[in-house]
Amino acid sequence: MRLNLIIWRQPGPKAAGRMVEYKLDDVSPDMSFVEMLDVLNEQLTLRGEEPVAFESDCREGICGNCGLMVNGRAHGPLPGTTVCQLHMRQYRDGDTIVIEPWRAAAFPVLKDLVVDRSAFDRIIAAGGYVSVNTGSPPDANTIPIGRDTVEQAMDSAACIGCGACVAQCKNASAALFTSAKVAHLGLLPQGKVEEARRVVRMVAQMDAEGFGSCSNEGECEAVCPKNIPMTNIARMNRAYLKAVAK
Amino acid sequence: EFWENVRIPGSEQDLNQALEYGGRVADYMEFAELIALDALNRRESCGGHFREESQTEDNEALRDDENYAYTAAWEYANGGKEPILHREPLTFEYAKPSQRSYK
Repeated sequence: MRLNLIIWRQPGPKAAGRMVEYKLDDVSPDMSFVEMLDVLNEQLTLRGEEPVAFESDCREGICGNCGLMVNGRAHGPLPGTTVCQLHMRQYRDGDTIVIEPWRAAAFPVLKDLVVDRSAFDRIIAAGGYVSVNTGSPPDANTIPIGRDTVEQAMDSAACIGCGACVAQCKNASAALFTSAKVAHLGLLPQGKVEEARRVVRMVAQMDAEGFGSCSNEGECEAVCPKNIPMTNIARMNRAYLKAVAK
Repeated sequence: EFWENVRIPGSEQDLNQALEYGGRVADYMEFAELIALDALNRRESCGGHFREESQTEDNEALRDDENYAYTAAWEYANGGKEPILHREPLTFEYAKPSQRSYK
């Protein structure tokens, strides 16, 4: 199939960017979205133009590197799917696809579609860990944990840190990301010990990075490729109030 | 041929993924050359490394423990020179190597 691609090009972090249109022929429906960009890049290289810079790594939907805004929707049209797992059979011959990087003040654009997501790393470094001595696996196995709690913790642990939630949110809030980690660790006994300190520090870091506030719009949950629930945000807010109200 | 025909768009001044890939492919080529060199150097058959001229009557690998009982560690030599071989001898005290046979 033939596609019209309108892609954000930006030569560097301080340079002005603009949308550039490309026509791409012979796109196979079995190609993944990032594969399609690889094909475009090969053609651009052969033509002597600079290829489009974009991130990808595992191409399996688990690493969180490949974030792209596709026709205004983070990771493209399919729910619960990263853009690297989106295949071109979702599109028809002649379709126009607008491709942009994550837009947020806290995610500065480095080049074309590549953004700097180290803000997420700093949020995790501020508290997304357990630093008490929890013993060894046999010790963990002797602590019974309710099945629902386990399921919720695992669902929250599934966050891959891709940043789609931030990109889609009108306020560019990282609440879904931060609350996923707070919930994941705070639900489990090993994490409960430091829950108060953790949530205060992670929220403080989130605010310091320049992410917006959460106004419960829900776009984050709608585009999350791992279907992280918004209820975590409520959980984080409650933990935060509990921690500061002491 | 790689070095003559490689084309890397963009410059080295900014984030250049093509340059990164080009560098990686160059590393792969260099490593592949080393693997081939090492295989040619080992004039025996041993494990998965098999030379036609070095086999038993049952077509099993025939080792040359006298000359080749070592791990080859290759040191990079600058300036397009051949890598330098360092032999780390393999000595077996409790298990004695014997001839592989599936019979």
